[in-house]
Amino acid sequence: MSAITDSAFGGERVTVLRARRGWAALDLRELWEYRELLYFLVWRDVKIRYKQTAIGAAWVLVQPLLQAAVFTVVFGKFGHLPAGGVPYSVLTFTALIPWLLFVNALTSSTRSFVDNQPLVTKVYIPRIFIPVAPVLSGLVDFVIGLVVLAGILAWYGIVPPLHVFLLPFFILFAIVTSIAVTLWLSALNVRYRDVQYTIPFLSQAWFFATPVAYSALVFPAHLRMYIGVNPMAGVVQGFRWAIIGQQAGQVGHLMLLSFGVVLVLLVGGLEYFRRVERSFADVV
Amino acid sequence: MSSEGLVLRVEGLSKSYRIGEREPYKALRDVFTDALSAPVRIARGIRRTKAEPTDRIWALSGVSFDVHQGEVLGLIGRNGAGKSTLLKILSRITEPSEGQVTLRGRVGSLLEVGTGFHPELTGRENVFLNGTILGMRRAEIVRRFDEIVEFAGVERFLDTPVKRYSSGMQVRLAFAVAAHLEPEILLVDEVLAVGDAEFQEKCLGKMRDVTREGRTVVFVSHNLAAVRSLCSRALLLEEGRLILDGAADDAVERYLQRAGGARDSAVVEGDALDARLIKSRIYGESPLFRCNRIATLDEGGTPSVSFRSDEDATVAIDFTVLRTVASLRLLVTLSDANQSVVLRTENIDDSELDGPLRLDPGDYQSSVVLPRGLFGDARLDLNVSLISEVNQILDYGAVAELTFHFAGHGSNARGNAYLRPKLSWQTDVAAPVA
Repeated sequence: MSAITDSAFGGERVTVLRARRGWAALDLRELWEYRELLYFLVWRDVKIRYKQTAIGAAWVLVQPLLQAAVFTVVFGKFGHLPAGGVPYSVLTFTALIPWLLFVNALTSSTRSFVDNQPLVTKVYIPRIFIPVAPVLSGLVDFVIGLVVLAGILAWYGIVPPLHVFLLPFFILFAIVTSIAVTLWLSALNVRYRDVQYTIPFLSQAWFFATPVAYSALVFPAHLRMYIGVNPMAGVVQGFRWAIIGQQAGQVGHLMLLSFGVVLVLLVGGLEYFRRVERSFADVV
Repeated sequence: MSSEGLVLRVEGLSKSYRIGEREPYKALRDVFTDALSAPVRIARGIRRTKAEPTDRIWALSGVSFDVHQGEVLGLIGRNGAGKSTLLKILSRITEPSEGQVTLRGRVGSLLEVGTGFHPELTGRENVFLNGTILGMRRAEIVRRFDEIVEFAGVERFLDTPVKRYSSGMQVRLAFAVAAHLEPEILLVDEVLAVGDAEFQEKCLGKMRDVTREGRTVVFVSHNLAAVRSLCSRALLLEEGRLILDGAADDAVERYLQRAGGARDSAVVEGDALDARLIKSRIYGESPLFRCNRIATLDEGGTPSVSFRSDEDATVAIDFTVLRTVASLRLLVTLSDANQSVVLRTENIDDSELDGPLRLDPGDYQSSVVLPRGLFGDARLDLNVSLISEVNQILDYGAVAELTFHFAGHGSNARGNAYLRPKLSWQTDVAAPVA
């Protein structure tokens, strides 16, 4: 290292490439420099998704509406599960919006390295963008879903509580949770290609473990906060709290638990990602 | 050596792969079965061996060199010599195992044209996408957009999805984007081996412009002629080691020697022939033909690379047809040191030959006579191409350097010409002197 003096490379923008070992921090400056690329990757995903469908954006409406209808009938009407004083469809639709963001991210991000192989083997870009871009491109559907939700609330004449202004925070939490989980899965999928085949099963199991089709009220009050171990429970309950004011027990404790879990997942995911990223081009 | 203008320094660079690491990927179930069988193995006292030095393949070992501002450096070597690995490390695609690289300035790498192109997106959209992937800023792309489109010649199809483009158009558009990249250091891998001859010429021209602008370029190619004409300096790699760092001509010469047979050998076959293959393109599942040997012969049928202008020179091409070829074109060109083609002849030039050359599987020899009384004093590279109707191509460049000595009665005092054909002169009295 000392062989190179700075004077030999006078001037800025000097890059040193060598084998990295141990902990590696996220190079935020580099990510900032490449921000336009992230924008274009997201933009590409969105464009392609709508170009290849016949009814385009309509799917974004049809999918959650149908699902909410099914859950309302199955769980609400036949299952007689509690809704906590709001129409069952509102209960599930509120949770479906962030859930669909998460589950779509799970599906598309996990495969992202395989789908974008040339971006790994033929060019250098900050690789973290590859699984993050599909998460962000899901935001278009998400926003459309929110608009539909606003319509449904208006239909039922439900006025959100004042703390609905905290919703952006929960949206951010939903995004961060999706990124934290998909960092792990996308990186694992590079090594072990069958990870992507476990996604349908994983997302189904996760779906039932998360109070989306049902209310968190089904859990006994003293145990309710522990479902926060599943960060998606935190996300979903946060949405319900902000939008329909539903206090399914100790939201505060539940949220704190979820934050903690996501923080661990995120830091661990970033580190795992950075470790295996070094050999992506050799393995993909 | 002065460190002024140093833009790239490579020190003791090595890259190893564990054997098996290059296998595409593992299945999770293998990990599970491994884990399940572990107790059995442990019980039996079999320990999993850690990767030992013998388990590693060194794709690159101990390579060091410096590159200064404005240099155009060629990287040559056979397949697997480590050229691409080196370029991938310089591009940050993969990490070195040992050693380090220091770079100054923005690095642009072109390891393939059209990375990230999406068939569903329009030409315009792909220009922006591909441009940002290559490291251009959006504002930069906007500024150079018209230039890019004009270079590619796709103005009318800008808003058409590229899946409706011909493959030639796609390549042109992709190259156009890449060509307008303005990094301080440009890394290029074989991108010239795309498109038709005309477009390749355009690409080479663009590369020359880039080098004239004082940009630093590292260029990997099998096209030895291109390396000689574009690069001032070249590195020859062999089995991951740097064998020679010197003038491009010397490196090419040495490469050909090591590939078996110098450029003055009149019979080129085997490895030596492979080394001269600058482009091979196989469409469809398998090759239709292969070339075995290219030889130049004098009038007596003796291999030679040196001819007198008053004797015939014959170029003989031995090839094997593996599956029936509906029409085979054989093309021989002679080019000078500046890559200008001095002579070109094709087997289908002859109008007497009715219809295409249809060949059933088997061994063949085609030959063409370069007739006496044609050349002046000339030193020309022989290039040979075999092209089938489905566009399978084998291009051999600089197969041999042929020397022609003018043997006529005229003098060379007024300068030399490559061609000095024996033409008939006549002098008549126009008007008698009174």
